[in-house]
Amino acid sequence: MNNNLYALIGLAVAVSFIMALKGLSAPKTARRGNLIGAAGATLATIVVFFDPAQKVHHNTFLILGAIAFGVIVGVPAARRIQMTQMPQLVALFNGVGGGAAALVSIVEYLSLSNNSARDTASTIATVFTVVVGSVSFSGSVITFLKLQEIMTTRPVVFPGGRFVIAATLVGVLGTGVWVVNSGGNTPLAIMGVLSLLFGVLFVLPVGGADVPIVISLLNAFTGLTVAAGGYVLDSTLLIVAGTLVGASGTILTRLMAAAMGRSLFGTLFGAFTAKPQAATEAGEARPVKSGSPDDVAILLNYAQRVVIVPGFGLAVAQAQHTVRELADLLTAKGIDVAYGIHPVAGRMPGHMNVLLAEANVPYEQLVEMEEINPTFPQTDVVLVVGANDVVNPAAKTTPGCPIYGMPILDVGLAGNVIFLKRSMRPGFAGIENDLLYEPKTTLLFGDAKDSLTKVVSALKNL
Amino acid sequence: MSHSIVILTIFVLSIFIGFEVVSKVSTTLHTPLMSGANAIHGIILFGAIMVADKSTTVLSTSLSIAAIVLATINMVGGFVVTDRMLEMFKGKGGKK
Repeated sequence: MNNNLYALIGLAVAVSFIMALKGLSAPKTARRGNLIGAAGATLATIVVFFDPAQKVHHNTFLILGAIAFGVIVGVPAARRIQMTQMPQLVALFNGVGGGAAALVSIVEYLSLSNNSARDTASTIATVFTVVVGSVSFSGSVITFLKLQEIMTTRPVVFPGGRFVIAATLVGVLGTGVWVVNSGGNTPLAIMGVLSLLFGVLFVLPVGGADVPIVISLLNAFTGLTVAAGGYVLDSTLLIVAGTLVGASGTILTRLMAAAMGRSLFGTLFGAFTAKPQAATEAGEARPVKSGSPDDVAILLNYAQRVVIVPGFGLAVAQAQHTVRELADLLTAKGIDVAYGIHPVAGRMPGHMNVLLAEANVPYEQLVEMEEINPTFPQTDVVLVVGANDVVNPAAKTTPGCPIYGMPILDVGLAGNVIFLKRSMRPGFAGIENDLLYEPKTTLLFGDAKDSLTKVVSALKNL
Repeated sequence: MSHSIVILTIFVLSIFIGFEVVSKVSTTLHTPLMSGANAIHGIILFGAIMVADKSTTVLSTSLSIAAIVLATINMVGGFVVTDRMLEMFKGKGGKK
């Protein structure tokens, strides 16, 4: 293939990625945008076999086999995953991408060392790719394990942890300098291992609701890794695509952090300074008012305005269809129903929107936090379905607790609050919620879907 | 103009495009956007095939083949899962 044609196709692919990101920014064009991106990526994967700089092709069948294997693993995983497990799957995909970028740079480094044709700039880019790619890989794996609840979701802080992390970071940087100066394979290997370790240590202390921010940040990291890999391989396409993801991922991370009312720095290093479970001392065996499905149905039946606040419990119980059934029933009775959507409810920003969209909830009923908050004083009943941290007043009243400063839905201002909860177990962030003990609060224990089904049938019998 | 300067120009302009295209996204689309961006960096597959194509040693070949598998999972899985998320918004003609 002609050099210029090859480069032009690369340009077309880069443009398709820009259009993909642009399309993904608006609901109407999002799906098309994603398909444009996929088409561009497919084109790039075909055209790379005709790279004019590559005269002799090695391993073609191995390459095709590896792609086929990747497809066989990736597609079913993406198709079969439950909507609730989406965040950890994205984290895992991100991690393997980072790992791939690190491997690519290592291979290029190995092949150049044979010709001793390495220049300092590309060695630095290699170091960057290996370090950040490895951090992204191991960090994402830990994020996956946390979200999948294979390991604890709480921040893991061990004595002297911050010194271990700092020492690891110094080690990574030190070996990085060593690689740039001496260029051997051993320092690169040590650096890779230390980076993997750093990725683990970096994510371990991040707890609870901050995990989505970390996924987004690691996503941006992987983008930059790919861009640096593009520099190593002298590929404009990789530089553009990686930088796009790095830049847009950074913005997205900042938007998410802003939605939680904390600085990025605070999110990542907050676990070192926060005293865990600041609000638990008062939480010993205080009385709560628990109700039956009938009590809840009666409360709802005589309300004029009901706001439903969904959270991760809704996702776990797959209760999005049942909650819509309930909302339809209430609407049919002439009750004003809205959904109060906290930007970080669930485990990812927009998680609730995706779930409720799946259940065909009308778009107009989904109200964002800033718009719904002023309406709570006029709301008779708030139905909190499996949410906790996003309505926890501790975010306003308890300085030093892990979610302090996060904007919350002010459900406490409403006339009545009903919590559908599995247990008294605190939310993902591990903080006691004082709202549960208020006289206006009624608790209905059980799986969100079962509870909602019972409330729906109770409501039908009224 | 040296090659490095051209690369730097491309890099800086790409940063601005990246900032610009996502600056006005409603929270509704944050998850699909993150997932879509995630799929796009699967393009490292392109680089993985490049290095695999010229690998001659066993070590290089095995590492680059591993990179291809990982990158393919990232790219293909990423686009498929994003499409699944977006499928749910179908026919809703959002007002945002």
